[in-house]
Amino acid sequence: MSIGLRIAIGAVVLVILAVIAWTLFRPGMLPQTTATATATNATTQFLNRGEYLARAGDCVACHTAPEGREFAGGRAMPTPFGNLYVPNITPDDETGIGKWSADDFYRMMHTGISRDGSLMYPAMPFASYTKITREDSDAIYAYLMSVPPVQQKNRAHALRFPFNKRDLLLGWRALYFEEGEYVPDPKQSAQWNRGAYLVQGLGHCSMCHTAINRLGGSSESDAFEGGMIPNQNWYAPSLTSNREAGLGHWSIKDITDLLQVGISTRGTVYGPMAEVVYNSLQYVSDEDVEAMAVYLKTLPKRDSEPPPTSQARLVSPNVMETGRKVYATQCAMCHGAEGGGQPPQFPPLAGNQSITMASPVNSIRMVLNGGYPPGTRKNPRPHGMPPFAHILTDAEVAAVVTYIRVAWENNGTPVTPTQANELRTLLPE
Amino acid sequence: MEARVQGCVTCHGQSGQGTLSGAFPRIAGKPAGYLYNQLIAFRDGTRQYPPMNYLVAYLPDAYLREMAEYYAKQRPPFETKDEPAPDPKIEARGRDIATAGDTSKGIPPCVACHGARLTGMEPGIPGLVGLRSNYIAAQLTRWRVGSRHAAEPDCMKRIASRLSEPDIAAVSGWLARQEAPKDASPESPNLVRMPLACGSQR
Repeated sequence: MSIGLRIAIGAVVLVILAVIAWTLFRPGMLPQTTATATATNATTQFLNRGEYLARAGDCVACHTAPEGREFAGGRAMPTPFGNLYVPNITPDDETGIGKWSADDFYRMMHTGISRDGSLMYPAMPFASYTKITREDSDAIYAYLMSVPPVQQKNRAHALRFPFNKRDLLLGWRALYFEEGEYVPDPKQSAQWNRGAYLVQGLGHCSMCHTAINRLGGSSESDAFEGGMIPNQNWYAPSLTSNREAGLGHWSIKDITDLLQVGISTRGTVYGPMAEVVYNSLQYVSDEDVEAMAVYLKTLPKRDSEPPPTSQARLVSPNVMETGRKVYATQCAMCHGAEGGGQPPQFPPLAGNQSITMASPVNSIRMVLNGGYPPGTRKNPRPHGMPPFAHILTDAEVAAVVTYIRVAWENNGTPVTPTQANELRTLLPE
Repeated sequence: MEARVQGCVTCHGQSGQGTLSGAFPRIAGKPAGYLYNQLIAFRDGTRQYPPMNYLVAYLPDAYLREMAEYYAKQRPPFETKDEPAPDPKIEARGRDIATAGDTSKGIPPCVACHGARLTGMEPGIPGLVGLRSNYIAAQLTRWRVGSRHAAEPDCMKRIASRLSEPDIAAVSGWLARQEAPKDASPESPNLVRMPLACGSQR
């Protein structure tokens, strides 16, 4: 046999062996992971839970910059004391929280003390997050560790003196911070306690719905009493007064719709609350939203608060007539001649607490800038209201807002053109 | 859908024809892809105009797409023009830039991409008919100074940065004086080869 023939036979044998090996040892398709298999895996369940809780806590809203990578921080947060720049909470070892342990994370959530021992500014709602259980903190930690790390250095805060001295936070903490997990009220149902836990803790509702004083603090006794949101120029109404956003007279269905869908037959969310619904509450489960509603409904304590005096409600006939005319031309088409609206798409104005409450800021802003409710899973195509800033004068804005505050047995008070003008000069946000 | 977009009508008109002498631009009939890109850019803050940024801040992609498609289908009549007639020299310069470009500066003619009838091109190039000169000039200036962008490669940035201020005034004035054609639909893509690569056509 010639060398050439031997090589040829050898080559053929090799090819045959290779084909056999390929057929025998070829890697098959990976076993399909079915949905049920995924849900029963303990790690997956824990991470899903952490993601759900992180959404309920709306971490993403502050910790993601516009156009930025998720959780990588960098967003400027304007405060009356200067700009804060929100930190990177992705698990990057150098620039994020990659080297934090679950203990570090819990200490930060529970006490407002960072991993390196520095005191955190209360723009981070640790006064609310302190109520979260260790188990929930661990789940959020695990979820954050599972997101893609982003290498992005934190930007230094730009606070004015003396607010740039972190030592001052010791004083703030002594005045306004009380550490401690949520303690269930044994006199209330499990559902009520679940709602209270979510509203007071992860939901950090009091960050806006409790007035903030000149030191950036809010006292426990004023909890949920409402206040202007610093730097956003929206009024966060009181949740404890049925004259404002107190939900004492609302059905559970209307409350859950407002929180989770963004619209209800009683009213609609706009502005900063639209952001909360868009980023956070629309993802909260039906069960949890209902628990929140049950708790919120029990908050109002001041049911019998007297309405404004008839003296305070006095409106000049000229203003009333201007208001009526503007209303008939611009508003009645959607909100109805009698202010009934076409709920839930076009909210009612008659009997709407957010129209008649003491602060007219939100109503004036809606007339000036219009607004769209958030597009949510249960209302992905919301109806919007157009801006009227370029069509109506300050006097007409004031007249029409006055009109809707006193017409149809609404018991609000008149608004001045100066109030309309002050809000017109601000950029909408 | 008409009821859902009432949030747009006090500025852009009941059918998207624009209002206030074009200070609020015509959006009717512009390609849906272009309108969608603008809505996304307003929502995410990459195109800055606070009243728009505020209005669309919390609306999902699919709904913005639907709004864009709705206005792309509208064909309201065009307003009659009352743009002042300029000095003939400026008029000629504007017409040259729009119809022939300026090869010495590397400026392609507007009609090469925005269409011979200036009605734009599917999917991402807007029509220019029905816009007022002040609006066109403001947008070209924003592109030139870098406060307005499009998807990379940003062809409009390359062009606007080659236009001088007098050029912008001349071409905006000429464009705003053109009568709208009977059929204001955007041209189909790929009928012509574009002189510059544009990210919004991909």
